[in-house]
Amino acid sequence: MLEQKEILNQQSISLTIERLCHELIEAHNIFRNTVLIGVQPRGTYLNNRILQKLNMIIPNNSIESGNVDISFHRDDLMRRDQPILPEEMDMDVSVEGKDIVLIDDVLFTGRSIRSAIDAIITFGRPKSIELLTLIDRKFSRHLPIQPNYVGKTINVMGSEKIIVEWKETSGIDRVLMRKSENE
Amino acid sequence: MSNLSVEHLLGIKHLTLSDIELIFKTADNFKKIINQPIKKVPSLRDITIANLFFEDSTRTKLSFELAEKRLSADMINFSSSSSSVKKGETLLDTVNNILAMKVDIIVIRHPNPGASVFLSRNVDAKIVNAGDGTHEHPTQALLDAYSIRERYKNVKDKKIVIVGDILHSRVALSNIYCLQKLGAEVKVCGPSSLMPKYLDALGVSHFSNLKEALEWCDIANVLRIQLERQDVNYFPSLREYSMVYGIDRTVLDSLDKEITILHPGPINRGVELSSDVADSKHAIILDQVENGVAIRMAILFLLAGKLKNI
Repeated sequence: MLEQKEILNQQSISLTIERLCHELIEAHNIFRNTVLIGVQPRGTYLNNRILQKLNMIIPNNSIESGNVDISFHRDDLMRRDQPILPEEMDMDVSVEGKDIVLIDDVLFTGRSIRSAIDAIITFGRPKSIELLTLIDRKFSRHLPIQPNYVGKTINVMGSEKIIVEWKETSGIDRVLMRKSENE
Repeated sequence: MSNLSVEHLLGIKHLTLSDIELIFKTADNFKKIINQPIKKVPSLRDITIANLFFEDSTRTKLSFELAEKRLSADMINFSSSSSSVKKGETLLDTVNNILAMKVDIIVIRHPNPGASVFLSRNVDAKIVNAGDGTHEHPTQALLDAYSIRERYKNVKDKKIVIVGDILHSRVALSNIYCLQKLGAEVKVCGPSSLMPKYLDALGVSHFSNLKEALEWCDIANVLRIQLERQDVNYFPSLREYSMVYGIDRTVLDSLDKEITILHPGPINRGVELSSDVADSKHAIILDQVENGVAIRMAILFLLAGKLKNI
């Protein structure tokens, strides 16, 4: 039996994003030296939402942003059943000496973020890299990576899946927790 | 988009349109990477690649080596001129000895057509054909088509003429397969003595007159006269060939449109292309070389993704 539970709905996602934006403003002021970078593919949706919201809160302020594809920095090329298919990268920003905020929807094992950090460093030497994530899955980290800005922390079993749906792909913004069928 | 439909890159003939598009899309990413401050990615760091060159090569070998290094693969080089092949070892023995050293991918250039197909059936490694005799040279065709796509955004419906020695050219055969799969119209031009019999079967027609061919086409892919393969005299002299089929400024200026010139290199300056054409903005020869590294990175990356040794 497939069991699923809604963790965040459209309204709570919107509120969470707004709070995250205020936390970013608190730390980065007017983003003079900051670049927001989404982790492709799914981090780009959250990156776009955050940019939109920041532009509403502090208008007339252009914030630098990009999205990074991590395909070539992954550590599981030969361990997967599905092929890694790289996406076109949208990185027309310089990272040299910048304060980077890496943005992804779910922080799970930390391996994607490790790959993303490696990918960013190939573009130059940033001053610092922080991590923002909508969902932090606790107790499942394989690497010593922790987020600086968290939308919601969830304690989930290894067999449970977190699904983040965005309007762009699913027609609705929501976060679901799904128990796998064989549990 | 799904994975490659093939286990080895033996020739363009075996690829599907979606394979070619996947290779191009992957190469787009690598092209960006090789223009970044750090041009190296760790993707293939636990993979060993052997470059087996049983025939001379400069640019293809360098391009493969660079692609392998930028993917962080370990590589070993082999060339027949300095090996036991001279002592009578067979191809299969040579390769099996190299495989015993735990090699995952083999890049092979060989003077005999079908050498890479033979290897793919007999050894347990991914094979990349870097040119087998007069048969196929798939990476060259892919980088040629990729360079055309880069300049024109699309290859479909483009008119492309391949000029020169079609009979001995693996580049020509692979180009014809590749460009036709991408929806381009391909014709060839050159002396009748250098035209193979299979052209009709491929649906490719032949121009004897260079001016007519250039007036028809959007893009001319000019091949080198392979002096090493002219075992009989296919044309009276190089001088005569260059007078009839050589492309120079005067010929290009006489056309009422601008065309793009490709050349797989090495150029015989003054034979098939004059220097003022080879160095002009019409020629995208150096773009082809740059794209070659990106295309080869894409192919090695996609084939490595199919290795399951863990």
